Amino acid sequence: MSPGPGGARHELRAVRVVWQREMMHVLRNRGRLALTLLQPVLYLLVVGTGLAALVPDSAGAGDYRTYLFPGVLLMTVQMPAIGVGASIVWDREAGFLREMLVAPVRRGSLLLGKCAGGATVATCQGVLVMALAGTAHVPLSPGLAVALTAELAVVSLALTALTAMAAVSVSRQQTFQAGLGFALMPMLFLSGAMFPLAGLPPWLTVLCLADPLTYAVDLLRRPVAGHLAHVPAAPAAWPTAWHPSTAAELAVTAALGVTALVLAARRFARPR
Amino acid sequence: MSGEARFTDLSVRDAPGAAGAGLTAPSVSVLARGLRKSYPGVEAVRGVDLTVRAGETFGFLGPNGAGKSTTIAMLCTLARPTAGRATVAGADVTADPAAVRRRIGLVFQDLTVDGDLTAAENLRFHADLYGLPHRTARRRVAEMLDLVGLHGRRHSLVRTFSGGMKRRLEIARGLLHAPRVLFLDEPTVGLDPQTRAQVWDHLHRVRQQRAVTLFLTTHHLEEAEHCDRIAVIDDGRIVTEGTPAALKAAIGTDRVVLHTTDDAAARTALGERFGLAARRDPEGLLLHVPDGAAFVPVLCARLGVPVLSVTVTRPSLDDVFLHCTGRTIRDADGTR
Repeated sequence: MSPGPGGARHELRAVRVVWQREMMHVLRNRGRLALTLLQPVLYLLVVGTGLAALVPDSAGAGDYRTYLFPGVLLMTVQMPAIGVGASIVWDREAGFLREMLVAPVRRGSLLLGKCAGGATVATCQGVLVMALAGTAHVPLSPGLAVALTAELAVVSLALTALTAMAAVSVSRQQTFQAGLGFALMPMLFLSGAMFPLAGLPPWLTVLCLADPLTYAVDLLRRPVAGHLAHVPAAPAAWPTAWHPSTAAELAVTAALGVTALVLAARRFARPR
Repeated sequence: MSGEARFTDLSVRDAPGAAGAGLTAPSVSVLARGLRKSYPGVEAVRGVDLTVRAGETFGFLGPNGAGKSTTIAMLCTLARPTAGRATVAGADVTADPAAVRRRIGLVFQDLTVDGDLTAAENLRFHADLYGLPHRTARRRVAEMLDLVGLHGRRHSLVRTFSGGMKRRLEIARGLLHAPRVLFLDEPTVGLDPQTRAQVWDHLHRVRQQRAVTLFLTTHHLEEAEHCDRIAVIDDGRIVTEGTPAALKAAIGTDRVVLHTTDDAAARTALGERFGLAARRDPEGLLLHVPDGAAFVPVLCARLGVPVLSVTVTRPSLDDVFLHCTGRTIRDADGTR
């Protein structure tokens, strides 16, 4: 990595301006913002309500919408996280990336700014969707809101870093979209966002445990379940009898994010 | 080191670059020796030597795919040379890329402004990336927008701009941090002739008002005429280098087209009295002489056949390219 010329202050300023550009893009594209918010809401209200009729009391966790709620929060932050990867690929194709690459700053700073931007947008959108907790029969107390927001922030940053890593590894828009489209659905299904993972065949259990989203969904599910007195701590959602602690899950998610960010920055900094 | 101090360093343009002191004098802004770049299966640049003096407008002329963009990418530290050395604005491109990046500006072949930001926001983004002190940044953003005639549109979203306006904004952006060398890769590609002339007007203003070296690539021969010096590159190698006038003079001959009342008799007379071989051509009689302008009066006086018209054409850069590579630049573009 080439050294930045102006030390930490200059690098921070670069991170900030890249972050700021992401914010401006989102705020100037309200239509797209509304659409990305609409998808998780539809999941919760349409799919949730529909399946609630089919599974009246899912896995002893009450209404299916209550079960689905943490998964919907994950889907909410997933969209803007993917948006960051897409914007890196787009900047490369549109040429703007070169304007950044030739600047006298570390490429890691550029990437950090991008990821921070994506994570900020994702967390804010997550908080907006969190307001729908009532429709999922989750009473939203200030304590729950704070816990979920903090977890959303960690999960968002990790997901953003993961898509950024994917984005710097491919050079074409189509490859990126096809690759993500291929990976995302199975990852979502295996995460326990849609159905409980207990009692699955061993080969599926292994895949579930390997899926980083499993830890993210569980992180978001815990405070929700812990908050509902009538619901046991939803162990049925977790694939195995062994259940890591919240701290361990947070650590796994954060470590994944940091690793992805470092690898992406390395790859990004390599001269061609 | 504070941002303020750094920027002051930058604005002292003729200060000798400490990093490259061994290889280059302060009056040389771009120096390349034996620069090569190979990609798997392709040798894009095969040993390029360049010397560009400070303050000069240097044109890098060649057909598409000749290695122009790859050479620029190496000089701008966006690509690592496979072999050879280069210093730009006194810093070595491989040993000290960060110093090179601080001292150069870049206008890319394709448009790289952000359409979702306004003109002023695009420039402020650049100022932050280059660590310009805030007050300096504000002043220079206004100055540069003025220089390229976009001050009135500074708050408009760039996506509403025409191609020529975006180009001008990129030139303003490239100059914002007061670089010593501004690289322009095909600055007028894709623009109509009128807009192209307009971009050149602004580049001429830049040359007059800023002590900056302009290094540009083009495959338009007319554009090379604007340069102080040009180098012709073909197939990854420099085939000739010099001022446009000198290169044309090196061809040695002007083209003369002659119309007379009796072209057959005139042709014989040219052979007998001047020792010149003329060719019959649909345009008239075609011949080549070292100094066309001086030849015309002598011709009219001594030919003995009434002359209807004489046209003298100085050699063009197209002739230079043809002379050096054996084909015209348009043919060279077509074969790739």
